Amino acid sequence: MKRLAAIGVHAAILLAVAFALYPVLWVVSLALSPHESPGAIPWPTEPSLDAMREVVLRTDDEGRYLFLMQTGASLLVAFSTALVAILIATPAAYALSRFRFVGKDASQQALLATQMFPGVAAAIPLYLILDALGLIDHLGGLTLVYATTAVPFAIFQLKGAFDTIPRDLEEAAMVDGATPFEAFRKVVLPAARPALAVTALFAFMTAWNEFILAATFLSREEIFTLPVVLQRYVGEHRAQWGHFAAGAIVVSVPVMALFYWLQRHLVGGLTAGGVKG
Amino acid sequence: MTIPRAPGERALDLGARSGILAAPVTAKPTGNGLTLAGVRKRFGETTVLKGIDLRAEPGELVVLVGPSGCGKSTLLRCLAGLETPDEGGIHIGDRDVTRLPPKERDIAMVFQSYALYPHLTVRHNLSFGLELRKAPADLIRQRVDEVAGMLGLEKLLDRYPRELSGGQRQRVAMGRAIARRPTLFLFDEPLSNLDAALRTEVRVEIKRLHHQLGTTMVYVTHDQEEAMTLADRLVILNGGLVEQQGPAIDVYREPATRFVGAFLGSPAMSFLPAEATETGLVVGDATLESPTHHRGPCTLGMRTHDVVVDAEGPLELEVRVVETLGHATHAHGLVEGQPFVARLQGHERPAPGDRIRLRPVYMHLFDAESGARIVR
Repeated sequence: MKRLAAIGVHAAILLAVAFALYPVLWVVSLALSPHESPGAIPWPTEPSLDAMREVVLRTDDEGRYLFLMQTGASLLVAFSTALVAILIATPAAYALSRFRFVGKDASQQALLATQMFPGVAAAIPLYLILDALGLIDHLGGLTLVYATTAVPFAIFQLKGAFDTIPRDLEEAAMVDGATPFEAFRKVVLPAARPALAVTALFAFMTAWNEFILAATFLSREEIFTLPVVLQRYVGEHRAQWGHFAAGAIVVSVPVMALFYWLQRHLVGGLTAGGVKG
Repeated sequence: MTIPRAPGERALDLGARSGILAAPVTAKPTGNGLTLAGVRKRFGETTVLKGIDLRAEPGELVVLVGPSGCGKSTLLRCLAGLETPDEGGIHIGDRDVTRLPPKERDIAMVFQSYALYPHLTVRHNLSFGLELRKAPADLIRQRVDEVAGMLGLEKLLDRYPRELSGGQRQRVAMGRAIARRPTLFLFDEPLSNLDAALRTEVRVEIKRLHHQLGTTMVYVTHDQEEAMTLADRLVILNGGLVEQQGPAIDVYREPATRFVGAFLGSPAMSFLPAEATETGLVVGDATLESPTHHRGPCTLGMRTHDVVVDAEGPLELEVRVVETLGHATHAHGLVEGQPFVARLQGHERPAPGDRIRLRPVYMHLFDAESGARIVR
């Protein structure tokens, strides 16, 4: 009886896994069979790495490796967005968490309000602003645009994290001989490390995956970010599903790598044990 | 840069921790005395400290005790520099520290929550303060080893706070304070997160550390037993004012106010309305031999051990509840219609409903209006 129940449970779990993995397997299968149209069973009949090779090694008229340049552009924009978000949001969130100042409530509500509109809503004003700054078709401009949504979100995330760090820790540090800034740098920041990691990862991923604004503000092919590149494979006249799938897999790799690298930070509870039991 | 040492400071005794009752090393008082004059502190509309005057001699263990909301924690935070008084002055030794930030006061504090740095090992928790002061590495190592030896933390040095039990965390918190060798220690209810058995043990340990270090300590608690057992000088706070201060035994024996009498001792002091007359102290239908020349209405206060069972005694206790402690029995009931608790011998076990006669052996008299102690 027990054995039967175990088999039932495992069967259910396997079914759930298959359900979750199906789209992924489908993309993998597509990427490996560039000469077939997508079928219902995700299994390549003639596995081939041609699509992958063509996507990654694509060159432009001057013989430059386009995909590598585009990957570089994507990485640069995503890392810069994460960096800008962390650098600006950390002190802002700490101030909102710890200090009382004029305009505190108003600024928090204003930050919240910015989160209510989709980024596209601001596309036209952003275009005009970037144009005035000469940052159209420029990765710096795109980073700035991403920061406008990443920073408020990061402030919220980090304020929540700082709120959970007991003030006793900073006070203990100050009694131990720290200045308020040293207490922040040597005690609060390390205690908030998991939250900082998650926030940075979120900012990175948002920028890495964003499509519409990138497609709006970039026109030079060599600085396209990868979502824009991918979209180009499925055009009006021709859909290169194999290339699209191959590109999609390559695009997922950095995100998976980041998740793997940050997972020890993602496991929360670093502050556990600092105060009380 | 070297760590400033107080005059007369000596190396800590490494061998002392072989059981807490190993020969107590009584150190000469070191560190500085403490003077507070007219300290006031307001938070918005609420005045928490209403003018605190306090003195501690060098090397004294001062306990601030009072009910919650009496201002004891705020007072401690003012001493630490975590709050700045609105009025009044704080001197450590002859230094005016009223407006100094915490780092310039040369104090250490043990927090109720322990406030251990979660991202640092026990070793680095202990050395954090010394590292901030850029002490040389060999001095840091020596201090950490000394402190770990004193508190039995040697085997825990490479663990993180989350890997420690409550009692161990408490030790690390004390160790962190000791490692810096401050001129003044502050303790903010350090035992309240420990279970009862451990609390008594650590209490004795703190007393031993105080003997061993000889440094001035200010200790905040709401637990009157903790306060009594630890204090060289007991300071009772109530409503933002010092109700009474002095050697613990004096405060216990001669409470200056009815509040202090009620606060110290468990079970609490019983109070009976009384009238001091020419013929004696009239309590309801009973007349007691008056201990005072005062005349007029007053409040008679008696602790549980201030009465003995005596068939000829003038007071009658109508027993309601009996608590058996083994070495003693507490009889709760009514005397002249007022709640009263008497401590009987362990073998005396009246039943609820019994009436027993009691003879006072000690009486506290308080002014019926102000609650101030009536001196004979």
